[in-house]
Amino acid sequence: MVLASGLRPDSESRPDSESRSAPVVRLSQLNRYFQLGDQTVKALDGVDLVIETGDYLSVMGPSGSGKSTLLNVLGLLDRPTSGDYFLNGRLTTGLSESELAHHRQIAIGFVFQSYHLIPRLSARGNMELPLVLAGWSPAQRRQRVDEMLDRLQLSARADHLPRQLSGGQRQRVAIGRAVMLKPSILLADEPTGNLDTHSGAEVVRILEELNQEGITLVVVTHDQALGARAARQLRMVDGRIVMDQRVDSGAT
Amino acid sequence: MRFPDALAFALQVIRRQRFRTAMVMLALIIGVSAVNLLTGLGEGARRYVVGEFSSLGKNTLIVLPGKTETKGGMPPLVGEAPRDLTLGDGLALLRIPGMQSVAPLIIGMAELSSGGRVRDSLILGSTSEFFRIRQLKVKLGKALPDQDWDLAAPVAVIGTQLKKELFGTSSALGKWVRADQRRFRVIGILESKGVALGHNLDEVMLIPIASAQTLFNQAGLFRIFADVMHERQIPAVRQRMLEVVKARHDGVEDITVITQDSVLAGFNRILRLLTVAVGGIAAISLGVAGVLIMNIMLISVSQRTSEIGLLKALGATQSTIRNLFLGEALLLALLGAFAGTVISELLLALGRLSFESMPLQTPLWARLASVSLALGTAVIFAWIPSVRASRLAPVEALGSGQGV
Ligand SMILES: Nc1ncnc2c1ncn2[C@@H]1O[C@H](COP(=O)(O)OP(=O)(O)O)[C@@H](O)[C@H]1O
Ligand SMILES: [Mg+2]
Repeated sequence: MVLASGLRPDSESRPDSESRSAPVVRLSQLNRYFQLGDQTVKALDGVDLVIETGDYLSVMGPSGSGKSTLLNVLGLLDRPTSGDYFLNGRLTTGLSESELAHHRQIAIGFVFQSYHLIPRLSARGNMELPLVLAGWSPAQRRQRVDEMLDRLQLSARADHLPRQLSGGQRQRVAIGRAVMLKPSILLADEPTGNLDTHSGAEVVRILEELNQEGITLVVVTHDQALGARAARQLRMVDGRIVMDQRVDSGAT
Repeated sequence: MRFPDALAFALQVIRRQRFRTAMVMLALIIGVSAVNLLTGLGEGARRYVVGEFSSLGKNTLIVLPGKTETKGGMPPLVGEAPRDLTLGDGLALLRIPGMQSVAPLIIGMAELSSGGRVRDSLILGSTSEFFRIRQLKVKLGKALPDQDWDLAAPVAVIGTQLKKELFGTSSALGKWVRADQRRFRVIGILESKGVALGHNLDEVMLIPIASAQTLFNQAGLFRIFADVMHERQIPAVRQRMLEVVKARHDGVEDITVITQDSVLAGFNRILRLLTVAVGGIAAISLGVAGVLIMNIMLISVSQRTSEIGLLKALGATQSTIRNLFLGEALLLALLGAFAGTVISELLLALGRLSFESMPLQTPLWARLASVSLALGTAVIFAWIPSVRASRLAPVEALGSGQGV
């Protein structure tokens, strides 16, 4: 099963094809500070990071070390206080709100610990949301979503509302939604945090499969075993990357 | 985002949030109905009056005793009572060139009785010309006799309803009706005509003008109806009428001559203004609905913060999110306005059934105005909540909800 290429089903070219050779992500001296009263919290403190296309990263570290903040900045959901962030070779700092929205749409997939499905929409409705927002026609959407439902073994659950689905099924819907427009990078913040071992393993299997198809994957986790599966393992403490380790064995 | 998808999205929300939808709809229904019903009543009243006076012929002039037109000039001297209009005045009017016919009128109430049945009734005293000018037809028997105005013949023509009440199903022609101390022989029965000029002609008794003068012991006329031969003669004849009566009343112009046009124009203006005014007052309730919409939308935005964050994470722009919320309010307003229009139309239709003579109908401008006011109110009051939703920072929005 291959993901449809490009934003539109009828276009073959990636929006940033001219910078194909550039790394997906390049952070340079990136800071994100929060002001709490008269105290400055350095959630990200001078982070330098390069993520190459197809990388599989895990980010571990104690609670409050800045993992989620890093992921939010990477996902263009949050703006850094200072420093440069190049996404697919393009500087994102200074982009307008609508340009950021455009890049979130075409380049980024986000998976949350708490799924963030819209409760009144069916599994299909939730999954096709990125396509709806991108203006795809119902026929194009149907085909694309059918493929994805099939791939995630959710076809029988297509018309179920989120509350009628198990945690694992919900997270699979959320993953389907995140990769619907084939992003260059998939960001997962504790994707198995709310799941039992079995559902968690299934979710991890899907994420890794997507990574093998070429989507760059960044997983934030508390789970040592899950973190150890990544080919590249980061450790954060107090907003700094204190360990960046490539492991040969990688995912199995 | 395509328009049908945005519509479907808004519909989903509206369907799920029943209470909210019901509240907004209710407020809008009340507002729209208030505008439609009040203007419908005003318009009904206007048309009623217009219809009444349209039943006067286009060639008809009406003479009223007393000067009611306000043309400035000297107010009448204190203590000077308006002179009575007399039969002599009427006969003098008849001699004006271009005049076709003249009918004097006296109106009074009397207790009628016949064969033990008693009923208070309106009595019109006039002449045979009255039938022609007011286009009255007799169903049975004949009209008032064509005779000298000062002959007090004891005859009467009665309306169908009055006939039924005094005589039941038995024949009335040739029977006697007692009015106070006098008796009148029924010589004709009017064709049913319903209400005209404020009187239900089915319930009146018509007697010769001289008989009415003696019955009510009153020489002065209530009105004189005058028909000209051609409509274009009306201004000239009207002027001549004023002069003739002025000469007969010691040089004092103490009558008013009205035409269908002058009456209609006056009433039309006043009642239109009234309709606009009550419509405007009703529109205030739409403003109240607007405040409710704003509050409800603000609550909705705060309840759906995490959804907004998610949409942003999926690439929705600020304008997309603003339009989604605006569209939702607009859709609610559209549904509310539609329901309000339907309900007010039904109520007015019911009103028409109950008061047949009242042409209750919301004027087109009021219908359009109430609907566009509802939509306008929705957009204006939903604007702030919608913009607030669109400006939410994605991280904070995502962090606020529990997610499902
Ligand atoms: N919106 C915010 N306002 C203030 N402080 C914040 C905010 N978001 C995160 N922080 C702080 O930044 C630090 C890093 O937070 P976070 O990235 O959520 O850590 P992690 O995900 O590693 O647990 C913490 O000290 C946290 O309290
Ligand atoms: Mg976290």
